[in-house]
Amino acid sequence: MAASPDLIEREAALQGLGVSRLRKEDARFIRGQGTFIDDIKLPGMLFGAMVRSPYAHARIKSINKDKALAMPGVTAVLVADDLRPLGLHWMPTIGGDTQAVLADEKVCFQMQEVAMVIASDRYTAADAADMVEVEYEELPAIVDPHKAMDDDAPIIREDIADKDEVSHGPRTHPNHIFTWEAGDKDATDAVFDNAAVTVKEEILNPRVHPCPIETCGCVASFDKVTGQLTVNVTSQVPHLFRTVLAMLSGIPESKIRVISGDIGGGFGNKVPIYPGYVIAVVASIVTGLPIKWIESRIENISTTGFARDYHGIGELAADKDGRIKALRFFALADHGAFNSHVSATKLPAGLFSICTGSYDIPTAYCRVDAVYTNKAPGGVAYRCSLRVTEAVYLIERMIDILALKVGVDKAEIRRRNFIKEDMFPYNTSLGWTVDSGSYHNALDKVLKAVDYEGLLKEQAEKRANGELMGIGISTFTEIVGAGPTKVCDILGIGLFDSCEIRVNPTGSAIARFGTMSQGQGHATTYAQIIATELGLPSDEIQIEEGDTDTAPYGAGTWGSRSTPVGGAAAALAARKIRAKAQKIAAHLLEVGEADLEWEIDRFKVKGNPTQTKTMKEIAMVAHTGDLPEGMQQGLDASEYYDPPNLTFPFGAYVCVVDIDRFTGETKVRRFYALDDCGTRINPMIIEGQIHGGLTEAFAVAFGQEIPFDENGNHLGNSLMDYFIPTSFETPHWETDETVTPSPHHPIGAKGVAESPHVGGIPCFSNAVVDAFAHLGVTHMDMPHSAYRVWQQCKALGIDKHADT
Amino acid sequence: MANKHTVSFKLNGNDVDVVVEARELLIHTLRERLATTGPHIGCETTHCGACTVDLDGASVKSCTVLTVQCQDAEVLTIEGLEQNGELHALQEGFTQEHGLQCGYCTPGMITRAYRLLQENPNPSEEDIRYWMAGNLCRCTGYQNIVKAVQFAAEKLSSAQA
Ligand code: FES
Ligand code: FES
Repeated sequence: MAASPDLIEREAALQGLGVSRLRKEDARFIRGQGTFIDDIKLPGMLFGAMVRSPYAHARIKSINKDKALAMPGVTAVLVADDLRPLGLHWMPTIGGDTQAVLADEKVCFQMQEVAMVIASDRYTAADAADMVEVEYEELPAIVDPHKAMDDDAPIIREDIADKDEVSHGPRTHPNHIFTWEAGDKDATDAVFDNAAVTVKEEILNPRVHPCPIETCGCVASFDKVTGQLTVNVTSQVPHLFRTVLAMLSGIPESKIRVISGDIGGGFGNKVPIYPGYVIAVVASIVTGLPIKWIESRIENISTTGFARDYHGIGELAADKDGRIKALRFFALADHGAFNSHVSATKLPAGLFSICTGSYDIPTAYCRVDAVYTNKAPGGVAYRCSLRVTEAVYLIERMIDILALKVGVDKAEIRRRNFIKEDMFPYNTSLGWTVDSGSYHNALDKVLKAVDYEGLLKEQAEKRANGELMGIGISTFTEIVGAGPTKVCDILGIGLFDSCEIRVNPTGSAIARFGTMSQGQGHATTYAQIIATELGLPSDEIQIEEGDTDTAPYGAGTWGSRSTPVGGAAAALAARKIRAKAQKIAAHLLEVGEADLEWEIDRFKVKGNPTQTKTMKEIAMVAHTGDLPEGMQQGLDASEYYDPPNLTFPFGAYVCVVDIDRFTGETKVRRFYALDDCGTRINPMIIEGQIHGGLTEAFAVAFGQEIPFDENGNHLGNSLMDYFIPTSFETPHWETDETVTPSPHHPIGAKGVAESPHVGGIPCFSNAVVDAFAHLGVTHMDMPHSAYRVWQQCKALGIDKHADT
Repeated sequence: MANKHTVSFKLNGNDVDVVVEARELLIHTLRERLATTGPHIGCETTHCGACTVDLDGASVKSCTVLTVQCQDAEVLTIEGLEQNGELHALQEGFTQEHGLQCGYCTPGMITRAYRLLQENPNPSEEDIRYWMAGNLCRCTGYQNIVKAVQFAAEKLSSAQA
């Protein structure tokens, strides 16, 4: 039955779930009126500039502040000894370790924080930072994580050298952080011993950086009279940030206000708590004046929040037809000098154990060893839930390698191993319950859309002509929405999230969340969820997040958790309000609650459709005395949502590349991305997130890497060297979808922004490697820059023109 | 104060005078002294384009221009594009086509696209991608930025027809 025009009109007026509603937040940004951290200017504000170590590993012999302090405009030069009396020269990290706020007698990575100069303006501060004289005694550095646990390796962290444990189980070497494993080792080994086919490959995820266009920064402002500390900061996790500050400083949480304003992209870079923030806070407490600290780009890439640096070994065991019988993955994780990576306490290797992917793999074992090196510590994530990119990269590369070995087409081998639709919810051999999926369907849809058969034919012809054409497939499963508090906590705080909604008498509303947008469009999409649940227009629902004084507590926005957790809280809070509204409607219409049914924006009496009460009418009545016996005024609710499980978005991607064998240049001819993120809240925003994620995947696959020399010197930490794709080289993206709602999420949504990054990277790599597959190549490490691809051509002797 | 210079220029149509050291960069003068915080800083090394402004009819990265070079110049920033309460077609295009996410690159993008449309009112997709290559965006993947510029080009040319 077609809906009546009236219903369609009422539905459209809500601009709710499923509508490509334009973004509410755009109005200020297109006018240049966003309020980003560096836009904040407070009376009397001073600037901090960091003095950083030129060495990756060195003892500090002396620090002389005199010349800097003598400069006009310089207020203070803070070093570790100044913070020591306050106990603030070290701080806890989100990874359960401690980190030097300012280097305490030694430095452990290049550009480590040694001192902060506080001065009247940014120019004076930078000048004075140059005048701080630090004398170092250089020590041998460890750059290669494979050498970190050698017997004669220099000890990086003398402060914890004799500790048997740094929060994640026993350590076997002073440079060892933890060893974590999942699955059944003996059973897996047994399957491998008897398998018809096994494959093994070393697979690297190089050190990269999320590099949002806005760097990190803060303005700390301590009021000496009231004892109130206000910190404006680029934080994806304002509430956790405040809790850590309270733990660290002893200031009651009620006297700390953390405000995350507009954030210029995060991608994981803005989750950890950095020394610069803490020093700015201390400087403000000491001076009683607001202190601004803003990273330069080079500081950002060098010192805050790197990702990956995962040195993997993948192994699969299969029968002769390519049906996978067991998986065995190892990874050596380079965490840098401090373990400040973001991770749930019980999951030090994050969600790496999702590495069985979209496949029904009966037996599996994986192990991760994390070590210290003389490199910057990091947040580890870059547009992915913790370690999911590494996991998905491994399985999606390995299944291609297996396909080559058994001589089965790479689409067909995936079909043979997919978890079938009737197997969901599916328990993986590494302990996850994948909530839902429809993998065959998604892959078939994509192969048809790109004419896979036609591509294979074309490729065969090109190969016969000596040309290099590659077809990459990736059929990934993500794991997002951390997470159930029984498995996921950070520093003891469970990863629930929250929403508070208050409906005003005239039917508009405000809703506040514990999450924090950095461009994802929460002000738009959360309002759409609430609009559909409450029958109130999304235009009149105001969304706020990021101010700890007003927003309810939550674990912030990272790991695609906003929709799975915050979005669920929104729907459930709205449902509580609707339940109260139903009682009011029953009272007004003088019927029982059960006699009412909900229709878009109102309750109506069953069988008597003229008898109705709209949500707007009810909102007004909720603020009068005409209420059911004993009911209080007001129409509001809050929800703290602890998800029963994570959500598992998935996708099927195809990438087609043409490679110039004489130059190594790769052209992405086509990229077709089908994503299934369950219920779709705003298709326009979803598509935008996918474009962005694919572009970041392209960046990682084709150019991003943070290289070091053997002494731990950075070899590429500015935008001159670090690859950010421009509009010119970024491919055109084609997007598509299937919709498999999450069975346990109140509206069936799963989270989407990270899928294209996680699923995109292996798809690019698979395409590049596939271009060489007929020449016996099974793997090439990222990034696939022209130079590196050309080296492959050269090694194969195909880089020369016939007549030269 | 030693070594300060008075510099006068037009900012978004208004006369301004500032007293600056010779080394002060235009982006800092705009942001710190003239409350013009639309142009942003993403690198200070001429790579990201977040600081793009229009200087005497050319796009410049204002982190790479000294304020003392701006004597008598006409500077246009994102703040100067809205006229009499009416958005520029580009500002409208960026919203309509979802050409922004975090919004940090947006002022520089729009200001750059403004110059493009001044020079080439009917750019092809390839023209747009080439012209905008000095402005980095980490969020959008550029595809919708291209569409936003096309939206504006169409709107402006149909307004003229
Ligand atoms: S700040 Fe000027 S180009 Fe990046
Ligand atoms: S919209 Fe975030 S950098 Fe462009």
